[in-house]
Amino acid sequence: MRRKPLSAVLLATALLTVAGCGGGGASSGEAATAPSDPGKVSGTITVLTNRTDLVQDGTMGKYAAEFKKTYPKVTVKFQGITDYEGEVKIRMNTENYGDVLLIPSVIAKGDYPKFFAPLGDTKDMAEKYRFTGKTDVKGKTYGIANFGTVNGLVYNKKVWEQAGITDWPTTPDEFLADLGAVKEKTGATPYYTNFKDGWPLSSPWTNSVGSVSCDTKASDALAAADKPWADGSDLNVVDTLLHDIVHDKLSEKDPTTTNWETSKTDLAKGKISSMLLGSWAVNQMRDAATKAGGNPDDIGFMPFPAQKDGKYCATLLSDYQLAVNTHSEHKEAARAWIDWFTEKSGFAAKEGGVSALKALDLPDVLKPYQDNDVSLIERSEAKTEQVNAIDNASEIGLAKQDYRQKLIDIARGAQEGSLQDYLDELDRRWAEAAATVGN
Amino acid sequence: MTDTTSEMTDTPSKSPPAPARSASAAAARGGRRGTPPTRSWRDHPLRRITPWLFLLAPLALLITFTYVPVGNMIYYSFTDWDGVSPDRNFTGVDNYTQLFTRPELFRVFFVSFYYLAASAVQIVIALYFATVLSFDLRFRNLFKGILFFPYLINGVAIGFVFLYFFQDGGTLDSILSWFGADGDRAWLGDPESANTSLAGVSVWRFTGLNFVLFLGAIQSIPGELYEAAQLDGASRWQQFRHIIAPSIRPVLSLSVILAISGSLAVFEIPYIMTGGATGTQTFVIQTVKLAFQFNKTGLASACAVVLLLIILAVTWLQRRIVPDEKVDLV
Repeated sequence: MRRKPLSAVLLATALLTVAGCGGGGASSGEAATAPSDPGKVSGTITVLTNRTDLVQDGTMGKYAAEFKKTYPKVTVKFQGITDYEGEVKIRMNTENYGDVLLIPSVIAKGDYPKFFAPLGDTKDMAEKYRFTGKTDVKGKTYGIANFGTVNGLVYNKKVWEQAGITDWPTTPDEFLADLGAVKEKTGATPYYTNFKDGWPLSSPWTNSVGSVSCDTKASDALAAADKPWADGSDLNVVDTLLHDIVHDKLSEKDPTTTNWETSKTDLAKGKISSMLLGSWAVNQMRDAATKAGGNPDDIGFMPFPAQKDGKYCATLLSDYQLAVNTHSEHKEAARAWIDWFTEKSGFAAKEGGVSALKALDLPDVLKPYQDNDVSLIERSEAKTEQVNAIDNASEIGLAKQDYRQKLIDIARGAQEGSLQDYLDELDRRWAEAAATVGN
Repeated sequence: MTDTTSEMTDTPSKSPPAPARSASAAAARGGRRGTPPTRSWRDHPLRRITPWLFLLAPLALLITFTYVPVGNMIYYSFTDWDGVSPDRNFTGVDNYTQLFTRPELFRVFFVSFYYLAASAVQIVIALYFATVLSFDLRFRNLFKGILFFPYLINGVAIGFVFLYFFQDGGTLDSILSWFGADGDRAWLGDPESANTSLAGVSVWRFTGLNFVLFLGAIQSIPGELYEAAQLDGASRWQQFRHIIAPSIRPVLSLSVILAISGSLAVFEIPYIMTGGATGTQTFVIQTVKLAFQFNKTGLASACAVVLLLIILAVTWLQRRIVPDEKVDLV
């Protein structure tokens, strides 16, 4: 008698558990094509975005109002999500993840057809847009980039001039010497790692893969590499430089309590001399300089300190890509928004980014690159899926901060180990993972 | 029910029984004597399910939000699911084999010892203040409020506040410099100091909870006991030793269980403050990273199941060693 209710509870739990494991419905595979007549397309679409700041200050609302002038029957609603990656990943277990969204980086490239509507054949899309390789799955493109950014170092020109440096460093060693001069002559923090916030250690550094060797296939090569951190490889050069900066005490004194927001002001004021970020950061730093009463023109932008055949190279990478939910009921309206946002809104230029449209010019921020003949290379993304699979299996996380935080800990003596041992360990883990993933 | 009714009818002087009650009691007695049972509310089938009807809402919530997710998690732990993909393959005990053949995944439990040591300190502090404040003191309620306040603050906010506190040249450094100490120290800079600092924050945060638990238990001790003890000339220490300590034993053992399971599952404070860098990674942070950074939801679920089992085992062991005795002071 007593048992009955308990077993009923257990049974109900088990049933619900099984029911909860059903997962979302199948993808229709229907393409999201642009409407031929702007007046006819109708519907309310929801756009998911990570830019909560732009949703709150009404910038996105202004774009929507502008959009409505061309597409009178379409209403655009925004959902700004602070923890974009984490939240959207969970929502994508259902069918309800907006009509237009930014493709979260956790979604495996091979899964794109299950979640997003194809936007067109890659060979056609590639003529008009940059970065189509990033979302190309079996000849179809699934996303159009918000904007692109160019990798490089943001630095305070005034501080560097005070230190007596006029030319961009051409090798990592020269860069270290320059940072040493900054430390000696100006008292500024030569390099700021942003160790606590972490992300400035992940993407900006990994994005430099390709800048060193000037090879568009540098990232793809990782899929087949036995030892990605072997001497002279891109990752080796990049991570050795980071190690040496910290080891030579050219970075901030206490990395564990860094603060990204204050670091912007500090760079603008000349308390910090340099940070490896990307072209997107230049405008933010200039804003910070204006707010702090400094001169926005003091903020400079230079490529990663390495040259190939006497020339600098900088990787051109896409930011988040806009995609259409495959379960959306208003695919035409959704596509119309993406096209309008990319072509007409002027969003990319305002953010200091490179537009996804090949026809549009590079932003002003990149003028120093053009003046100094830095070649921009767009990395091939053909093997991204395999590289990510190995990366996840090895639990290294090329695009995560953890392994470089440990590198910094080793460099400053907080954890045991040496640079070479650590790089060997990374090589070993990578090779083991590559064997299990089985490419 | 039968016990109370018979007691009531046996001692009618205690309270005048309500007419309905005595009627049902009479019916019950009638039934016991073997007379044909009268069909009353007591035998009505609805009566049996009434408690379940009341329980329906809480049970539904409990099942939906606790047992179903746990069930799902156990199911995921046998798959290779990446957390988003609609496809998942059943891999049997593969995740568990992987977990137990990789000792580095368990090494993070060493970090828990810092928090365990901190919990011991925390219980002692909480017990001290609960005892002191259970006596009649000036500004008693103010002190109670001050001690309990940290527990009310959101853990994330605490993380950020203490980040400034430990910063280079931050609050702690400037306070120390007033006393002439050298303020040049990276508190979160190396694993030992970082873990100690984080455990310190955890003490600051959770002392209030222990304090309130202890205070509640102490205040439920009847006041006559103290009076009697005072008449017998017992000192404050003797009062604590022979009255307070035995009467709060169940709460103390609860606090110990909470402390152990809490130190095994530390998450918020280190995650916000260091993100697990510099050797401060705990088991839960590691699990979160496996699930959400490396998309190994299956393996992470297995980690979570193992943690659950460890905590259950520790609790069981603790109950075996310190059985829950009924406290009888009088």
